[in-house]
Amino acid sequence: MAYSAGFTPHPKVSYANAAPTGTASEAEYLEIALADRREPQALRALLDASLPPGLDVLDAVEAHTSGFADRLTASRWELRLERVEPAEAESAVRAFLDAPSVEVQRETKKGLRTFDARAAVASLEVVRTPGGEAPDRPDTTPCAILRLVVRHLTPAVRPDDVLSGLRAAAGLAPPVPAAVTRLAQGPLDEESGTVADPLAPDRDATSVATAPGPTA
Amino acid sequence: MPVESVFPRLEALLPHVQKPIQYVGGELNSTVKEWDEADVRWALMYPDAYEVGLPNQGVMILYEVLNERERVLAERTYSVWPDLEALMREHGVPQFTVDAHRPVGAFDLFGVSFSTELGYTNLLTALDLAGIPLDAAERTVDHPIVVAGGHAAFNPEPIADFVDCAVIGDGEQAVLEMTEIVRAWKAEGRPGGRDEVLTRLARTGGVYVPRFYDVEYLADGRISRVVPNRSGVPWRVSKHTVMDLDEWPYPKQPLVPLAETVHERMSVEIFRGCTRGCRFCQAGMITRPVRERSITGIGEMVDKGLKNTGFEEVGLLSLSSADHSEIGDVAKGLADRYEEDKIGLSLPSTRVDAFNIDLANELTRNGRRSGLTFAPEGGSERIRKVINKMVSEEDLIRTVATAYGNGWRQVKLYFMCGLPTETDEDVLQIADMATKVIAKGREVSRSNDIRCTVSIGGFVPKPHTPFQWAPQLSAEETDTRLGKLRDAIRADKRYGRSIGFRYHDGKPGIVEGLLSRGDRRVGDVIRAVYEAGGRFDGWREYFSYDLWMECAAKTLPGHGVDVDWYTTRERAYEEVLPWDHLDSGLDKDWLWEDWQDALDETEVEDCRWTPCFDCGVCPQMDTSIQIGPTGKKLLPLTVVK
Repeated sequence: MAYSAGFTPHPKVSYANAAPTGTASEAEYLEIALADRREPQALRALLDASLPPGLDVLDAVEAHTSGFADRLTASRWELRLERVEPAEAESAVRAFLDAPSVEVQRETKKGLRTFDARAAVASLEVVRTPGGEAPDRPDTTPCAILRLVVRHLTPAVRPDDVLSGLRAAAGLAPPVPAAVTRLAQGPLDEESGTVADPLAPDRDATSVATAPGPTA
Repeated sequence: MPVESVFPRLEALLPHVQKPIQYVGGELNSTVKEWDEADVRWALMYPDAYEVGLPNQGVMILYEVLNERERVLAERTYSVWPDLEALMREHGVPQFTVDAHRPVGAFDLFGVSFSTELGYTNLLTALDLAGIPLDAAERTVDHPIVVAGGHAAFNPEPIADFVDCAVIGDGEQAVLEMTEIVRAWKAEGRPGGRDEVLTRLARTGGVYVPRFYDVEYLADGRISRVVPNRSGVPWRVSKHTVMDLDEWPYPKQPLVPLAETVHERMSVEIFRGCTRGCRFCQAGMITRPVRERSITGIGEMVDKGLKNTGFEEVGLLSLSSADHSEIGDVAKGLADRYEEDKIGLSLPSTRVDAFNIDLANELTRNGRRSGLTFAPEGGSERIRKVINKMVSEEDLIRTVATAYGNGWRQVKLYFMCGLPTETDEDVLQIADMATKVIAKGREVSRSNDIRCTVSIGGFVPKPHTPFQWAPQLSAEETDTRLGKLRDAIRADKRYGRSIGFRYHDGKPGIVEGLLSRGDRRVGDVIRAVYEAGGRFDGWREYFSYDLWMECAAKTLPGHGVDVDWYTTRERAYEEVLPWDHLDSGLDKDWLWEDWQDALDETEVEDCRWTPCFDCGVCPQMDTSIQIGPTGKKLLPLTVVK
C-alpha cells in the first residue's frame, strides 16, 4: 500500500460518497494507491477474503484516469416501505415531483439545516409488477417499493431526505423505517436518467494497455 | 438442535443505536462453527463495550485455544450500551454473541473475564439479558455455568452469589480441563444435574465454587472462617500457572476489529509474571513466577501475527517489558526486520531507566519521537522505599535528560496518591520533581518547547498484596491532597506552564476499594446498584458515586458494616481475609513481613538476579522462574518479492 508523505504517514485510501449508516448498498467505491503494481483481480480476491461476510469486493480495475470521485455524479436507490400501500406512495411521489421545490430539515453537525430535496431528484417512481402487486412479496401486507435516482449535489440529498420530502409534500408517513439500498453509483446520463458504470473509462484504458507498454 | 441466530431481530434495532457496527461481528480471524458439531460450547465475555473488550488478550487467547479444539466452540460477547439494552428489553432480544449472534443462554459455559471490579454491574446486565437468573442458586441444569476469571477473580467473593465458579490464574489449560469435565458429564446424560458438574469441577482443586463454602462471621463483622460444606472439595483453591510460554503462542491470528477500539495494534506477550516486587501491584504478585517467551518465539509470533492481520503496530506486552533478559536483541532484531515496512513497535510498561531510552530510540529509528512514559509511582524517595519502587531522583533526572537529549519532546510521569504512610509532603515532592525535569529538559534540549505531564490517581489496596491490610485514603483526603499538589505545580509560573497535570478524583477509587477487598455481603450492594440502573462503572459518564453510596447505605448496615469498614479500615495480622481460601501461592506470612518491611521503609530485591526471598509461590505451585538469555538472535526474514 502507498503512504502519504509527512510526519504521520497515512495509507492512501479514499472512500467516495459512503452510504449513510443504516442503509444497505450494492455500489460502494474506493480507491487504493499501491506502492507496487499488482494484478487487480488478485488484490480483489485478497481483500474480499479479509472482509466480513456480506461485505463483498465485486470488482477492481487499475486506474488509468484521474478524477474518479468526480464521475460519481448520481446514485440509484431502492426504498422499501413496509405497510405502505403502493397507491398511496404513488400519489405522494406525484405530489413531490410536481412541486417546484420541497423544503426539508435535517440535523447536521452544524445544527438543524433547511434545504430543498426536490432539485437533486432526477427520477422517482413506485415499482409495480404487472398484477399491480409489489414484486417478491408472498404475503399480503402492503409494501411500496420506490426507485430513486438522486444527483450528488451540495448539500447532499440522501434517501431519508427524500422520504422527509414525501412527508412534507404529501403527508406520507411510513409506520416502520424504510429499508434503503443503494443499487448503483456513477455518471448520470441526463437524457435516459440512468446511472452508468463509473469504472468504464478505466476498463477501456485497460484493454488498450494490455498491449506492451510502459511499466510502472 | 441448532439454536437460531437472533440477528434478524437485532438488525431491526441497529439503526436506532450508536455505533451499530460493534454488534455485527464478522471480524478478520473470527470463527463461526456449526452448533451441532460441538459437544461443549463456551460464550466468552469481556464485560465492557466492544471497543474496550475486543483487544483484551485474555479473551482473545481463550477464544482461539478453545476454537482450535475439535468439537468445541467458543464465541464472544461484550456489554451492550444502554441504548441497545433498552431496545433489547423492549423487543425481547437476548444477550447475544457477536460471532454467530447466538443467545448466550444456550451455551454450556459462560466465561467472564474481569480485569477490573468495575465490570460487576455489567455482569448482572448480561446475565439478565441472557435470561439467566442472577442468583446462581436459582439456575437449572439448562442454564450455562457462569465462570469468572481475570485478575479480579482472585477475590470473587463480592460476586459469589452471581457466579457458579471462579478460576484464578492462567486460563489456557484451565478452560480445556473444564471443557473435558463438562463434555464427559454431558455425554453421560448430565447425571446429578448442575450440582454434580460443579462438584466434579471443584474436585480438581482449581475451580472455586462459592456455594460449596460457608462463610461464618464474628460479632464485630469480621470473618471467623470459610469452610467447605461438603466432602471432596478442597479447603483452598489453587491458581493455574502455564509453564513454557513458547508452547502457547496465542493469539496466533489476532482479531482485527471492525470498529475503532482502545488499542489499534497487535500485541505479543513477551513474558508473563513480574518479580520486581512493587508492593501496590496486584498483577506482579498474582502472576509469579516470571516466564519468558524466547527471543525466537517472539520473532515468530510477530511475523505470523502481522501476516495474519495486517496490523501496522506491534506492542511488546508484559508487566515490565524492558526486563526481558534479551530485550535489547529483541528490539534491535525486530527494528531491523521491519525497518522498511512501516511497522511501528512499542514497549508499554517500562521502568525509569536510561537503558529504556536506548530501547525506545531503537524502536523509533525512523519514526516520530513524541512522548515517553515512566511510572515513578511515588513522589518522594521515602515513599518509593515503602512501595518498593526502587528508583532515585537522580536516576529519574538522568533518564529524562537522556530522553530530551535524544529528541523526545514530552515525558509523562505516573504517580499514585494515598499510598500507605503517605503525607502531604510526599505528594508535594512530585511538584519539585516535575520542576527539575523541566529545568533539565530545557537545559539539554536547549528549547522551551518541551513538556512534562504528571498523571496521578488514588491508590486502591488489593488482595494478595502486602498492602491488603492497609487503610485506603478517603476520597475527601485524596482530593484535598491532589488539590495541594495542583496548587504547588501552578505556583511557579516559570515551570508550571510546561507541566501538565491530570488526576482522577478519589470517589471511583472508594467504590473500587469496596469491591476489591469486599466479601459476600458486598454482593447486595452490587445487586442494588444494578437494579437502580448502574452500568458501565468504568466510564466517567455512567459511574455514579452517589448511587453506590446510597445502595451501600441501604444494604450494608443490616450486616453491621459500612463502606469505611471495607476501605479506610486497617486490618490486623490475625484477621481472616475474604480471599484467604483462594491460593495465589503467596505465603500469607511472607506478605505480612513484606507489609512490615514497607512500614519500616525496607526494600526487597528481585529474585531473578538475587537469591529467592521465599514469597512461597514456586514451591506452593510447583513452578519455577523461566528466563533467558538463550543467546539466539533474530535473523532477517526471507524477503519474498
